[in-house]
Amino acid sequence: MKRYLPFVIVAIVALATLGTGAMLYRAKRPHVHAISESKTPGKSDTESAHVRGNPDAPVTLEEYGDFQCPPCGMFSVFLQQLEKEYDSRLRVVFRNFPLTMHEHAHEAALAAEAAGLQGRFWEMHDVLYREQESWTKAPNVRELFESYAGTIGLELDKFKKDMDGEQVKARVEADRQRGESLGIQITPTVFINNQPLDPKDKNPEGIRAEINAALQKKSQT
Amino acid sequence: MTVSRFRTIIYIVAAIVSLAGLADATYLSVQALTGETLGCGGSPDCFRVLGSSYARVGGIPVASFGVLAYFSAFTFATFAAFGYARARIFLIPTIGAMFLGTLWLLYVQAFLLHAYCRYCLFSAATTFLLAGLVIALPPGRDRSVS
Repeated sequence: MKRYLPFVIVAIVALATLGTGAMLYRAKRPHVHAISESKTPGKSDTESAHVRGNPDAPVTLEEYGDFQCPPCGMFSVFLQQLEKEYDSRLRVVFRNFPLTMHEHAHEAALAAEAAGLQGRFWEMHDVLYREQESWTKAPNVRELFESYAGTIGLELDKFKKDMDGEQVKARVEADRQRGESLGIQITPTVFINNQPLDPKDKNPEGIRAEINAALQKKSQT
Repeated sequence: MTVSRFRTIIYIVAAIVSLAGLADATYLSVQALTGETLGCGGSPDCFRVLGSSYARVGGIPVASFGVLAYFSAFTFATFAAFGYARARIFLIPTIGAMFLGTLWLLYVQAFLLHAYCRYCLFSAATTFLLAGLVIALPPGRDRSVS
């Protein structure tokens, strides 16, 4: 019996590893739901969503992002490339999903929304991602956000007042709640024509392939 | 304590340490496969390490190679503890290769990425411990199972 014992032990460990791995995979795999039609930002829905690009574009890429999240910063650079590549065939929607683990993410989202009240959301969005490394480590982020507001031509007093106002807080909170209702846990989480992007496709080739597939599907209907 | 018994104890400890490394590597592999390391959801430093290009070889997460390596080390240590002499022949080069791989990954974290992932550091510690155990093995032939 002793002769076979190591085989039994090794087999048990192999099975336990596979079983635990499979269970962990099932538990950790993000269960993000597709966006229902009622939640899709329409052409006149600019009040509740920040949309960039052709409103009639056949493909909509909706991102839930956190301004302090490094992958979101990298994704924003890639997104600009995509917008140039696909031009009028792609529209981009941004939703705030500041993670609590990021100290200044919520404040950055407020700054972007406050800029949005002056019609400069995307300008602030781009500056926040471009300067992410700087403000993430800054002791007083508010000063930096105000300097960015000045750079993109915002009325500073209004920006300061709006950043502390209830309106921008409510917008950020609405986005976060919407994200939570879709099962979002990590950022960036991307939807293409309301369908969540599979984790394995979270790379430039995967995203392009999904957009191309969505374009082809639209052209067939 | 006889040399043979001391050797058996070292093999048993090596098997237990390999199990700890196996658990860690399995967790990291699952994280890589679910895409969690590609986004913010874990610690920023973990993202920088596990989301970097060094964390995959040919599209396969490095942690998956860790699972294979720790499982091999566990298997060989277990068989060696039960007196299978040939298992020791495989155990030493396996742990040697793991040690070299760990040195490379520590270099990447320290000098190329300037970020440390605690799960990777735990894996490095278990590999160093395994290497220490192998070095502590008294020289000579193991008794064989007939």
